[in-house]
Formats: sequence, structure tokens, C-alpha cells
Amino acid sequence: MPAPAELNIDHVAKLARLALTPGEKAQFSQQLGDVLHHIEQLSKVDVSGVEPTAHAFPIYNVWADDVAQPALPVEVALRNAPAQRDNMIVVPKVVE
Amino acid sequence: MSTELFFKPVTELAGLLEAKTVSAVELTKAVIARTKAVDARVKAFNSYDEADALAQAEASDTRRAAGQARGLLDGIPVGFKDVISVAGQPLTASSRMLANFVSPYDATVTRKLKDAGAISWGRLNLDEFAMGSSTENSAFQATCNPWDLSRVPGGSSGGSAAALAAGEAIATLGSDTGGSIRQPAALCGVVGLKPTYGLVSRYGLIAFASSLDQIGPFARTVDDAALLLEAIAGHDPLDSTSVNRPVPRYSEEMHRIRREKKVFRLGIPKEYFGEGLDPEVGAAVEKAIGFYKSQGCEIREVSLPHTEYGVGVYYIIATAECSSNLARYDGIRYGHRSKEAKDVVDLYFKSRAEGFGAEVKRRIILGTYVLSSGYYDAFYLRAQKVRTLIRQDFLNAYKDVDAILTPTSPTPAFRAGDKSDPLAMYLCDVYTIGVNLAGLPGISVPCGFSSGGLPIGLQLIGQPFKEAELLAIADLYEGGHDWQRRHPKL
Repeated sequence: MPAPAELNIDHVAKLARLALTPGEKAQFSQQLGDVLHHIEQLSKVDVSGVEPTAHAFPIYNVWADDVAQPALPVEVALRNAPAQRDNMIVVPKVVE
Repeated sequence: MSTELFFKPVTELAGLLEAKTVSAVELTKAVIARTKAVDARVKAFNSYDEADALAQAEASDTRRAAGQARGLLDGIPVGFKDVISVAGQPLTASSRMLANFVSPYDATVTRKLKDAGAISWGRLNLDEFAMGSSTENSAFQATCNPWDLSRVPGGSSGGSAAALAAGEAIATLGSDTGGSIRQPAALCGVVGLKPTYGLVSRYGLIAFASSLDQIGPFARTVDDAALLLEAIAGHDPLDSTSVNRPVPRYSEEMHRIRREKKVFRLGIPKEYFGEGLDPEVGAAVEKAIGFYKSQGCEIREVSLPHTEYGVGVYYIIATAECSSNLARYDGIRYGHRSKEAKDVVDLYFKSRAEGFGAEVKRRIILGTYVLSSGYYDAFYLRAQKVRTLIRQDFLNAYKDVDAILTPTSPTPAFRAGDKSDPLAMYLCDVYTIGVNLAGLPGISVPCGFSSGGLPIGLQLIGQPFKEAELLAIADLYEGGHDWQRRHPKL
């Protein structure tokens, strides 16, 4: 199991699309170092031949009939949009 | 002195409503008045809509007058944790990210309770996005424990537990990812039930860790919890993890099991009674074990050898799933949008930085890290394998016992501000986390008070989908005690 010191917070924050202040970076690095230190004890467990569990009960793909169902009207679906115009969500320019 | 309406259980109120001794409007007004009298101190509610609740109560009385009452829950005010959608009402997850969000539709549990005639009453505070064990991580307010306002109510469903304990609702719903129903139920002296994973639809529940989250009831009595469960359980095509199997009438089934089977076999896992357990909690749970013995139950020691790894496994799996689930909050379609951003990518970074609180950010960082390239096998995959071992521990134990008995929380309610270190807070969940990792049902019932007058909870862990038996075992305990008749003085 990798050493906790390997948590490169700048890299991880970038992956998470999360802007952190220098104060948050320092604080989270220290706190998560403690948590990772606790988590390290998992390396003591012999997991050879053990299957991973993603869900407590086996679940299978669920199919629905391809039939249109009533859905939210556009104005209701857009009610929580931060900015909208002509039944569309307004976003900053994506292509220069 | 007779108990005030707002402290009565559903089973008793249903009789009063049926006999028309009390109307749904009178009951709802009593709950509203109580809320107004105490919530400035308890701070359980993020929001409530008095006019809407009274309109629902009038509709209930009209149905009843026409002979069309829908059952025992018709006219009963039920509070919702503020992560469960109620159409047209705010839904904040106690986060600035969703401070202005209004639910476009009902969660399946909301629809089911409305169909049963229950009155949806308010949205209850929580740790932001259900991440925490004290309800101090809310962006809006810290909820207080009604038994001692200087202490926490537990979490993350602290508002749901505190509101019920304080008489601000007749029952409430919460969600439980690592103990978020059972631990606050224990700390506030009420019953809290986390159902088997897949029994209750998660449609309309704000997602935290999808393989662990389950909605469940808080109630004054085990009987009430059974009534709530039978109203909200059942297969839902809108949740692909919802299990398709018949839902028993839990209340009737529980009473039938009580009548037919007196001797339950209860397992005591030695790993749950070691270091870190408060002596008063330990003593109260030992007394409960003694009670079950006196009732002829068989008590057996069992071993759950991977218990010590539970917190580590949980904080890998839950944070990994949360980092993925919370990626949807990007400032584009809904939720907080930064006004400072210079382009669309900058908008993601800044909206998330401004919208999320510290604990949510910490967990997103940890979850992103354990899933990142080069670390996935060492952390996430290994945690999933240890999860298998934890689940097998429980299933092995169930070869010899019907249910497992443990403390719910290592300590009674702690003081607000006492656990500022995240790891110390995470370790509060040591007895509840295994149940979520293994997908099992668990219930916390009041089992006494500390010398300081704080409630103590007993946890019973059942076998998958055997909620009726679990409730019967809990009901046996409750029937021999009267902890549930004590109420905090506010």
C-alpha cells in the first residue's frame, strides 16, 4: 500500500475539479494523512483469492421496455438552472 | 398527566384519529406549535411549510369524514431529512451548493407516504450531503441534542432524530450510509431502522455512496417503525438496485413472530465490546443482554474478526462513491454557479470550491485519490475485497444466531466542537459501518440513560430481508422497558 505522503493534493484537486486555497491544501493534506495512516492497516489483511464486493447483494442489469413515459416539462426541469434562455441552459463560451 | 399529542406514537394517534377524538388538523397544529416553541433551540428544521402541512391535514380529515381514510398513517405528520425530494419544496442537503434548489418531483418514499395519507412536514437538518456523525457539518446550522443542548444529536440524520425526540414530528425519515440513522437515534433516545440494502427505493434521495445508502424511519416505538417501513418498502422500477420481492405487512408479521417464537438466538460479537467503549454504554448493553436471557433467549458469543477494518474499508468505498456522485455538481445545470469564473472549466473549479463545505471537499479529495491511476488496486480494489470478508463474517455468524446484538455508538452524545479531528469523528461509526458494508438491516432502540441523563442505544443487526424478525426481537426488548416514554424537558 503506498505511503500517505504520496497524496499529491494539487494533482488530486485538479482531477476532482476543485479549487482549494493554500490553507485548505495544508489542512487536508495533514488530516487525510492521518486517515490514510489508519487505512493502511488494510494491507495486513490476506485478500488472496477473495472476490471484490461492489454491492452487498448481487445485482444484474435491469431492462426497461423502450416506451416513452411522461417526463418533467421543460420549464420544470430548468427551474433550478443557474442561467437559462429559450428553454436551454446558458453556459460560458466553450469554443474560442 | 397525559402525554401531549406530539409525544404520542403513531399507533395511539391512529386510534384517536379513527375515533375522531382528534382531527389531523388539530394534530398538525399541535406539532407546528411545538416546533415553533422549541426549534429555535433544537435547530432541527432547515425549512417547513405550515400552510402546505395544514392543507394536507384538511385533506386527510375530509377523506376520513367521507369514510375513505387510507390507513394508520393517514393524518400523521412525518418529517423528511433534507436529502429526500418533496415536490415543490426546498431540497438543500444542508449545502450551500443546493441552497436555492427546489425539488421538481417526489422521491418514491415521499410518494408512498403521501399515498398512505401521511402529512409531509418539513425538511430536517443533516451533515452536508450526509457526511458526518454530529450534524455540525451543516452549511446552515448545527442541530442540538434535545436532551442536552450543548451536545450533538449525532449524524448525519441529526435533524430527523432531534425533531422526533423534541416532539416536532410524529415520525421522521433519514438515510443511513454508515450509521446515519442508527447513531443519531441512539444519541437522541428514539428508534431508528436501517433496512436491508435494496428494500427501500433510493429514487429521489440525494446520492452520497450508492452501494451503501438506504432510507429508513425514525420512530417513537418499534411498532411505529414497522408501520413506516411497510409504507416505504418495495420494488421500484425507478431504482435499478431496488429488489423485487414481496413486502410483508411488517407490523402484523412482527406481532405474529412475537406470538409464535419466544426463543431468539442472539449473537454477541466480542470485537464490539473492546477498547473505546464507554463503560456506561457497555453496562446498559450488558443489562439488555441480561433481559433477553431472562426472556429465555439464547445468548451466544460470535466473532466478526474483520471488524477493525470496517472504518478503513468504509472511508475508501464511501469516499470513492461520493467523489463520483458529487461530480454532478458542476455549476452548469443546477446548484451553485460561481460568478467569478473566466471560462467553463474555471466555472467547475470555482463553483465546487464555493458550494461545498470542508468535510465534503475532504471526502471528494480522498475518494478521487483512492480511485486515481496507480492507487486503484491498492486502495479501492483491496477495500472491496475486505468488504467481502466483512460480509462473510456476518453470514458465518448467522449460521448460529438469528440476530447480532451490539452497542449502537461507543459513547453517548458528545459535546459540540469536541471532535474537530476528522479521524476521531469517523471512528464514531465503528459499530454501525459493518451493517452498511454487508447490506444488512440494523435497528437502534433506546436501552437506558447515562448518569448524565443522556440516552443510550442498543443495536440489533438482522439477516438480509428479515426485518420482521429483527423488529420482533427489538419489540421484545421494548415491551419490557419504558425508556421510550421519557421525553426531554425543553
